[in-house]
Amino acid sequence: MEFFSFTDPNVRMVTLGSMLLGASAALVGCFTFLRQRALVGDAIAHAVLPGVCIAFLVSGDKNPWVLLIGAVIAGWVSLIAMDFITNRSKLKTDTAIGAVLSVFFGFGILLLTAIQHSGAANQAGLDKFLFGKAASMNQQDIITFSSVACFLLLLIFAFFKAFKLVSFDPDFARVIGLPVRVLEFLLSTITVLAVATGIQAVGVVLMAALLITPAAAARFWTERIQVMMLLATFFGIASGFFGSYVSYVAPSMPTGPWIVMLLSAIALISILLAPRRGLLARTRLQRNNARKMRTENILKTFYALGESTTNWQQGFTTLALQEKRAFQPAKLKRGISHLRRKGLIERNKEGLFQLTPSGFTESQRVVRLHRLWELYLSERMNMAADHVHNTAEAIEHILTPEVEQALLEELGHPIQDPHQSIIPYQSKRK
Amino acid sequence: MSLTAVEIHNLTVTYDRRPVLWDIDFSLPAGHLIGVVGPNGSGKTTLLKSIMQLIPSSSGYIRLFDQPLEEVRHRISYVPQRESVDWDFPVSVRQVVRMGRYRRGNLLRRLSAQDKALADHAIEQVGMTAFADRQISQLSGGQQQRVFIARSLAQEADLYFMDEPFAGVDAASEDAILKLLSSMKEAGKTVVIVHHDLQTARSFFDWMVLLNTRLIKAGVTKEVFTSQNLQEAYGGQLTILSQVSDLVQEKDFPIREKQYRDKP
Repeated sequence: MEFFSFTDPNVRMVTLGSMLLGASAALVGCFTFLRQRALVGDAIAHAVLPGVCIAFLVSGDKNPWVLLIGAVIAGWVSLIAMDFITNRSKLKTDTAIGAVLSVFFGFGILLLTAIQHSGAANQAGLDKFLFGKAASMNQQDIITFSSVACFLLLLIFAFFKAFKLVSFDPDFARVIGLPVRVLEFLLSTITVLAVATGIQAVGVVLMAALLITPAAAARFWTERIQVMMLLATFFGIASGFFGSYVSYVAPSMPTGPWIVMLLSAIALISILLAPRRGLLARTRLQRNNARKMRTENILKTFYALGESTTNWQQGFTTLALQEKRAFQPAKLKRGISHLRRKGLIERNKEGLFQLTPSGFTESQRVVRLHRLWELYLSERMNMAADHVHNTAEAIEHILTPEVEQALLEELGHPIQDPHQSIIPYQSKRK
Repeated sequence: MSLTAVEIHNLTVTYDRRPVLWDIDFSLPAGHLIGVVGPNGSGKTTLLKSIMQLIPSSSGYIRLFDQPLEEVRHRISYVPQRESVDWDFPVSVRQVVRMGRYRRGNLLRRLSAQDKALADHAIEQVGMTAFADRQISQLSGGQQQRVFIARSLAQEADLYFMDEPFAGVDAASEDAILKLLSSMKEAGKTVVIVHHDLQTARSFFDWMVLLNTRLIKAGVTKEVFTSQNLQEAYGGQLTILSQVSDLVQEKDFPIREKQYRDKP
């Protein structure tokens, strides 16, 4: 693994440069993402291609500053075009974005093909702007793009407060007298700049991924904007590093698609595994909810069985439970063993299942919540007594002690539910 | 206190080329809780937005404390409708309230200790101290509204414009906001509130602006809240007026002649 020794100064430079590009694109992308402008970012990325080509045609040279200026101008023209179409025609924003993206990109491909067939001596390598090739950056390229990337990082650091406010609530920013137009212009400019530099590594076609994916993935892990930006920067750095690695190991491959693969993997992991927001966490929450409902329903059934004789200190078979309420046998078994582990149910001398004292208290609580909610529905929402049971079946499981207290106060510690069943309180244990 | 807080002359505003406010003319005294009331689509929010210069007006001028907005910005505060922002934005209650201390002058610097203390005090005033570090999407609608009001309080203004602060708010938040409003009034502040609920408007406000694309009446609540005025405001749009509005929109016609100028 010659790459990882970093003995080759060229490898060092390219790697460092790519990491900087990735970092600045990801950081800028955070604001693009938070302002819900992801598609606009994609359109800008595609739109810089004709700018690069025209800059090459005019100067006849691949000087990075010249190409950069061409890219920035084209990016800006595309932004203005999108604004113009949205404001002056009856077309909606998504149409404007789509139109600008395809028209600019089509024009860019046209120019690129023309350049490649013109036989110009130094045109070779312009096509790397399509899908990116980190390793093909020469020293001048790297210095140019790295200095732009550093400039972007500094700008975001300095204007962090203002960008945060403008992204969150531009009207308020305007009202307190901030120069919102200037700030929005700055935000757009740094997006264009980040795109114009980032295409070195990823290419115009996939640039939006480097801009948006790190921010989108980072958002899953945190509720704080600072942490989110740090994480996104880290993802950007990682993809820059990975991109330059690939372009050395597999020189015939474009880097962009590889970077996108890595970023997609990061995004996928975030979507699946992130705490709270992730898919897995949400599934687990739902499974817990289902188990809570099941076990509480079992307790309630025990209570109901005991209620007919007002003797809760007797055991029942699972069959008796199933007769009272249609449980799935497997789920009932699992629920009972869970309740036994928690010490709410025990097996008595005759081998029957019976509520423990704490299990009895818990079953009272669930029944009480059910009946309180039924009463609330019929008294405060004027629902008929035969309509309240089903909603109460679900709601009883999510009522918190605070809500229970509020219900008790509002209903004046009632004795009976709408079906004239007794509402059980803790002290009434027989 | 007979100081004038808000003075509006000849205000006409179009939205999507359709006139939504026709020649509004009124002034409001300082030191009162003032309700802006009218049916849906009567231009209440548009009125606030034009006062804050968030949307251009076709004619007329507005003076706050007898000066243009630019001159008195630091004395004016604005609470937008709750739905106007994305509440999934990754910031905490405290971060949002601190935005009330942002100024043109401190934009590139960190907030001072005094700014931070003022923000914390504002959070306390709306009873949200326990939630200060929560991300704003983890709040109820009423709590989110209180966050917006706290941000506005942190500005330490004299004149407040609030857009529907009671919309979709739970009883606890409504109580908290009402208490706050009355203490603001006692402190001599002026609060102008867009409100959609006629039932409560009468007890909340001592002054009122009744609106339905045109001004029906502005004055002390008792004088405005007459069945005749209410009938006029809520009895539907004026047929001919809305026909003319349609025409203006359809033909993309200017609402004023080109030479027209407003004189403050």
